[in-house]
Amino acid sequence: MFTLSALELARVQFGFTVSFHIVFPAITIGLASYLAVLEGLWLWTRDRAYLDLCHFWSHVFAVNFAMGVVSGLVMAYQFGTNWSYFSAFAGSVTGPLLAYEVLTAFFLEAGFLGVMLFGWNKVGPGLHFFATVMVAIGTLISATWILASNSWMQTPQGFEIVNGVVVPTDWLKVIFNPSFPYRLAHMTVAAFLSTALFVGAAGAWHLLRGNQDRRIRKMFSMAMWMLVVVAPLQVVIGDQHGLNTLQHQPAKVAAMEGHWRNEPGAGVPLILFGWPDMAAEETRYKLEIPRLGSLILTHSLDGQFKGLSEFPPEDRPNATVVFWSFRIMVGLGFLMLALGGWSLWRRWRGSLYDRGLFLRLALWMGPSGLIAILAGWFTTEIGRQPWVVYGVMRTKDAVSNHSAPVLTAVLLVFIVMYFAVFGTGIRYMLKLVAKGPQTIPDHPHDPGPQSQRPARPLSAAPDSIDRQGR
Amino acid sequence: MGIDLPLLWAMIIGFGLMMYVIMDGFDLGIGILFPFVRDRDDRDAMVNSVAPVWDGNETWLVLGGAALLAAFPLAYAVILSALYLPLMLMLAGLIWRGVAFEFRFKADEAHKPFWDKAFAWGSYVATFSQGLALGAFINGFELRDGSYAGGVFDWLTPFSLFTGLAMILAYALLGASWLVMKTEGALQARMRELGRPVTLAVLATIAAVSLWTPLAHPQIASRWFALPNLILLAPVPALVVLTGWALLRAMRQSSSHSAPFLLALVLLFLGYSGLAISLWPNIIPPGISIWQAAAPPQSMGFALVGALFIIPFILAYTAWSYYVFRGKVKAGEGYH
Repeated sequence: MFTLSALELARVQFGFTVSFHIVFPAITIGLASYLAVLEGLWLWTRDRAYLDLCHFWSHVFAVNFAMGVVSGLVMAYQFGTNWSYFSAFAGSVTGPLLAYEVLTAFFLEAGFLGVMLFGWNKVGPGLHFFATVMVAIGTLISATWILASNSWMQTPQGFEIVNGVVVPTDWLKVIFNPSFPYRLAHMTVAAFLSTALFVGAAGAWHLLRGNQDRRIRKMFSMAMWMLVVVAPLQVVIGDQHGLNTLQHQPAKVAAMEGHWRNEPGAGVPLILFGWPDMAAEETRYKLEIPRLGSLILTHSLDGQFKGLSEFPPEDRPNATVVFWSFRIMVGLGFLMLALGGWSLWRRWRGSLYDRGLFLRLALWMGPSGLIAILAGWFTTEIGRQPWVVYGVMRTKDAVSNHSAPVLTAVLLVFIVMYFAVFGTGIRYMLKLVAKGPQTIPDHPHDPGPQSQRPARPLSAAPDSIDRQGR
Repeated sequence: MGIDLPLLWAMIIGFGLMMYVIMDGFDLGIGILFPFVRDRDDRDAMVNSVAPVWDGNETWLVLGGAALLAAFPLAYAVILSALYLPLMLMLAGLIWRGVAFEFRFKADEAHKPFWDKAFAWGSYVATFSQGLALGAFINGFELRDGSYAGGVFDWLTPFSLFTGLAMILAYALLGASWLVMKTEGALQARMRELGRPVTLAVLATIAAVSLWTPLAHPQIASRWFALPNLILLAPVPALVVLTGWALLRAMRQSSSHSAPFLLALVLLFLGYSGLAISLWPNIIPPGISIWQAAAPPQSMGFALVGALFIIPFILAYTAWSYYVFRGKVKAGEGYH
């Protein structure tokens, strides 16, 4: 570790903290919308199963949200502590976007979260539902702003450089930069996909243990439907995102494909596996399918796209990492597609909830959405290198002047602390999942069969719901 | 445009930071008071009094960071990289404290005491580091060619250690007076009892900082003691004394529930204003003003539209959330 340079250490620190962070908002985005749907279905159908599921998942949501907040706070400050030259140079663009995220999203989430989690016996059903919906909308707005900011760093436009500082000239161009719509769609759908897989795995775990509770079946079924819809959608969006990247960041795509040079007049093969060697400028041990690369990226059999050798060495991202992280993401994506397809088959055969390989796969696929998200972000962020703002500012010019020993010490503290704190939190989340949905007697929003009786004063709400989490 | 954008943004950031200090101040104060309350139910009541709102309170800190980046990128870059270690320490403290809100309810019996400790220690560390950062900010930063040129430990001075301590006392006061308002019975009595010495200590630290800063910084001395200012600004210290006296009285009166908290807010506001008067108009003390560190007007203007439009809504629904959870915390109530 001590052989890493200060720049590499700063990158590792940022990569480490942001990798831990992204897992929580991804689940937050998915679960918040899921909770809004559950609560909406409860209000609409009056089926208690939805209310019980809503409570069940809101406990998990609460733990997850707290971890998202504290790990996100670190990110908001790291831009300045570790990347001060980037902040001084491009803060005029990323700052307002981040400020809008705080103003329109973070406050909205935080403001209504209290009512959503603690307000069951303080407000009526309609207002409570409104709070839940506000939290869900907040998570989506948040994703929009931060992805606008990240996309601008990938495909910057709508600015000029005056006195060594970025000056935005057209905010619509800044926000709606070329890669933004694709990245937003890809990430939002990824969050839904990851949550569906997580909820599905929770259901599968209970079903495999013989817990055939109606609510468990319901949530498993909902998760599998979500997977069926969202997994194929993600493949299409991913393909479009790839084409967009080829247009604007060709070096990244060349690295992702391990593609070094074109043969005159020949189509580009798709390298399934191999080992891109940065020094030798070739991909070793490769297993390839002729012309498929051309077909996927140019939608023709002999189309060509730039190989990595056509870029100056100092402008090339690390193909070894990017090649593999991309394959992990895509491989998992196809597994998700397969799981969704299999669930349709099992549903048609009436064996969706039967023990067997299918449920075991659904269980093991639980974290696959999150792993795919991480692999995808590694691909796009490492693929952007050596630039921090693509084609405009190099990462080495962005980093603060901290010494390697200081950065090493802080990094070590972060690693130990994150594994201790967030490891524990994830364990608590899984413990809550293992408890399964509970029935809450005398729920303030469900007077039950004696609904004709006079309304009780709200303060007399039973302690049992308050004690649920303990 | 005829609008003084840097001035408006300085006011927005100043407002946001003040909201943070006040609101997360009483959250953190609760953690600071944890070691003085042993009973588990009392501790639960303390945490439950802020559980629904702490997250929103902490968001003001994120706004402070984001708004500083948007409006004064240079200040954000210089100050944050100069304060690297204290800020990392603060974040570490906030992480432990933040997750402890949830974890101390979710943990096994055997681990609950650990998360109680994490809650208290996290609060102390976060608060102390904020005080360190404040002290270092008042002392100013060494710059060369528009970037920080000082050392890793420049923030570590007797003055910053003192402001670290002062911050702990200030938040403890906010926490104690908040709990006087939100709790009853033995816990409330305990908070009244703790509140008095803490108030005296806070007054003493305000006095100390008011003497220390002009002695160490001639700029600050001339701001306060040059002639028209001496008279114009005299109400500030006078109000501090008056508020302190009222606060001490209110802590003692068993009929006053909200008064101590409101008076603590006034006291903190006065202290905050005093610092603002000392440092104005610098955003990177000692020499860079808000106009010199300002972002291009295109950035400030764009973000300003949103800030002015949205902040009233934020204040409205934040107030609504406090209203929903108004009144005393009941034992056993509050957890979802």
